[in-house]
Amino acid sequence: MRYLPHTDADIKTMFKAIGVKDFEELFRTVPEHCRYSGTMNLPEPKTEWELNDHMSAIRSLMTVTPDHTVLIGAGRYQHHIPSTIPAVMSRSEFLTAYTPYQPEMAQGTLQGLFEYQTLTARLLGVDVANASMYDGASALAEALLMGIRISRKKKRVAVSTAIHPHYRAVVDTYFRPTEFEVVELPCGENGRTDLSSLKGRDDLAAVALQSPNFFGVVEDLEAAAAAIHDIDGLCVACFSEPLAFGLLKSPGACGADIVCGEGQSLGIAPSFGGPGLGMFGCRQQFVRNMPGRLVGETTDLDGKRGYVLTLSTREQHIRREKATSNICSNQGICTLTAAMYMASLGGTGLRKLARLNYDKAEYLRQGLQDTGAACSFSAPTFNEFVVEFGDDFGPARKRLLEQGIVAGLELRKFYPGFENRYLFCVTETASKETLDRVIREVKK
Amino acid sequence: MNIGPGRSGLIMDEPLLWEKGRAGRNGMSIPESDVPSAAIDGRLCGAGPDFPDLSEIDVVRHYTRLSLWNFGVDTGMYPLGSCTMKYNPKINEKHAGAPEIAAAHPMLDDEYCQGTLKIIYDLQNYLAEITGLDAVSVQPAAGAHGELAGMLIFEAYHQSRGRKRTKILMPDTAHGTNPASAALCGYTPVPIKSGARGILEVGQIRDLMDEETAGIMVTNPNTLGLFEENIREIADIVHAKGGLVYGDGANMNAVMGIADMKKCGVDVLHLNLHKTFSTPHGGGGPGAGPVCVTEELARFLPSPRVEFDGTAYRLEKERPESVGRMHCFHGNFGVLVKALCYILTMGAENLKKVSQRAVLNASYIKQRLKGHLHLAYDRPCMHEAVFSDRKQQEFKVTTLDIAKRLMDCGYHPPTIYFPLVVPGAIMIEPTESECLEDLDTFIDVVKQIVREAETEPELLKRAPTRFKVKRLDETAAARRPCLCG
Repeated sequence: MRYLPHTDADIKTMFKAIGVKDFEELFRTVPEHCRYSGTMNLPEPKTEWELNDHMSAIRSLMTVTPDHTVLIGAGRYQHHIPSTIPAVMSRSEFLTAYTPYQPEMAQGTLQGLFEYQTLTARLLGVDVANASMYDGASALAEALLMGIRISRKKKRVAVSTAIHPHYRAVVDTYFRPTEFEVVELPCGENGRTDLSSLKGRDDLAAVALQSPNFFGVVEDLEAAAAAIHDIDGLCVACFSEPLAFGLLKSPGACGADIVCGEGQSLGIAPSFGGPGLGMFGCRQQFVRNMPGRLVGETTDLDGKRGYVLTLSTREQHIRREKATSNICSNQGICTLTAAMYMASLGGTGLRKLARLNYDKAEYLRQGLQDTGAACSFSAPTFNEFVVEFGDDFGPARKRLLEQGIVAGLELRKFYPGFENRYLFCVTETASKETLDRVIREVKK
Repeated sequence: MNIGPGRSGLIMDEPLLWEKGRAGRNGMSIPESDVPSAAIDGRLCGAGPDFPDLSEIDVVRHYTRLSLWNFGVDTGMYPLGSCTMKYNPKINEKHAGAPEIAAAHPMLDDEYCQGTLKIIYDLQNYLAEITGLDAVSVQPAAGAHGELAGMLIFEAYHQSRGRKRTKILMPDTAHGTNPASAALCGYTPVPIKSGARGILEVGQIRDLMDEETAGIMVTNPNTLGLFEENIREIADIVHAKGGLVYGDGANMNAVMGIADMKKCGVDVLHLNLHKTFSTPHGGGGPGAGPVCVTEELARFLPSPRVEFDGTAYRLEKERPESVGRMHCFHGNFGVLVKALCYILTMGAENLKKVSQRAVLNASYIKQRLKGHLHLAYDRPCMHEAVFSDRKQQEFKVTTLDIAKRLMDCGYHPPTIYFPLVVPGAIMIEPTESECLEDLDTFIDVVKQIVREAETEPELLKRAPTRFKVKRLDETAAARRPCLCG
């Protein structure tokens, strides 16, 4: 086996040095009643070439392929990824290292993470960002728990129903065993969260909104943050499409106290939902309540600039059960990938790309509206929007799929009562020709 | 003299990203717009972030230079205890990144993504087979996330029996994340000291286990690298009081095909695919921490899992007793693909060989170094051996100094100062990937460092000297945090 270098002679030499006669003796502390009986029932070992055939057969089961244009976002976005990114990020110096516990031989990872934290803080408009969480959903759950910690005595948080349904499900999972409660805020007619029920409440540690929200609608975050601060709560702004902040005012600039979300759009493939990365930032005053790893700048013995993991007294391995989170491994290489993508785009490129996403989505939205379909929500959107079709959209959707276009996500699965409503996503990867084809099929 | 592979390399200086660039450069092509520019409400717009503008080669050189300051498994031996830094097969990367896999959208109906669903389904089954347990969810995104899933299952189980429990038994040889994971579910950890032999003693568990206690979290083999020989008796005591046994499977690399976790009495176990199943650690992630349970607890697993009805794969319908969703989609799917490829490449026979050779390598190091470094517990070890700096203290040389000197000799240091039960711990896990000659060189280097500690302690105190930076001031970093450039 090519991954196992030991020859029979090596093994004999080693047995002799250790003073055992065989493997059985090496494992003598494993009691008989704990032993695995027989052999594990797994497929026979495959050579590299057999593995290739096997995986190729599995891939051929996919009926929506890379040749399709998928006009679905909903937390996972199809964007162009420049070939520089996989080429450089697959360097094994990055890929086969672990958490930079020994900073002098991990300066590559550490400087890369420090740069990620800085670019992320600038993108989200916060003072400080951590070195990533698992994904947007768990980042939101951790942000709300952080809100509870900061408030000290409050036991409730509120989340908008316009937040991605899976994010809310993960929040529920994290909160279920605790004494804390999650209440939901309804979505108004225009697609924005209805905050009227907040008035007069004094029991909410934090209130979470997503912007752009699950329906693609850009929330009025400034007004929301003011309303939340009025009731002495923390404003948690989450997101699933960070590219939006190339165009839109950043959540931090709108007054959010904690900003968190999914960073997959930044140079990482959809990959059936993972890996991506949870982005997480906050105001400076809350940094010691933050979950996750942080990289800080310092100096070496000669006074030269370098980077280390820092503020680890918040973390599980030091504070044990009193830690701000149990997170240890995070999304490592995805974090570096996101930074490399942001660096590749630059400020100018990010703005141009965000604008392109906006314009393309608006083109399809307008085109569908012209066919008589109704846009469900009147508030502005970014690169996703909800359309309600008068008749059954099923046949047109099927025809489009045959032409290699996956036209929108059916919303009734997620929101009862949303019959005939579809969530569309248009990014820079969709050509005008494709969008015109969708419009034509709907007209038929 | 330097017997290890460590030499000074080609180190290029490289500034921070924003210390480079000129406004107007770009590092990636953006499609020209083929649609009209749409109106936008200016009140929603911002100026956009202050990112540097760099050309493609600026970015490529930047990260290539950064990579040269890093040490990975592909660079050399990385005996970081408890982290299982084994070789990461290249072919697995290719399959995880294949276009059909990379482009797969997680919100598509099941019929369009039978391939990705099959990958999850097969992996669920193989991991059950390897651990001896019955049902698996692959959603948790890392080991600690798997622990959290496990604690949520404990909580849901006790709730289903009508009674919330408040405490959990926590051995001092458990992984560092265990107490924090338990605390997230409202459990108060009750610390348990390991006995004189470095493993749990039955009497202690009998004294502490009661009906307020949800169960126990055991890392087995534990963080001293020792197999918990009394695990079955301990499990019986915990079960008799209505509790559950959590197995932290981070050290599964020692016992594949050798120990059956169900026969050990484990009810819930997480695996670290980035350790035992060879997926790369990526400078801190992404990992994957699937959680495996007995039949009785399957109903509580995170949802959705993948089912197969004989013709098609599908995501299961809602399970009312499930702890719920742990991840927005299906966990770190790309990592799952790599682990599946590893299992398919190895098969049962080679996975068992992996564990045998991992234990062989650790036992060999333990045997050959024990006269030189203080060995905390001189007992048959599994995949790792824990030494300490006790013998070097008279020369005022610490574990940290030994670790830093190892770097200059061309090795990533072992895990240091963990587990906490061994003061000044040096936790060495060579994994099965290292061959005998390389182990011998490593052993010689450690012996040399032990001699240097006596004769030239300054060499250790000054180390490392061969890298871009010398020893970094971590205290100053924490005192005046600079987290953003």
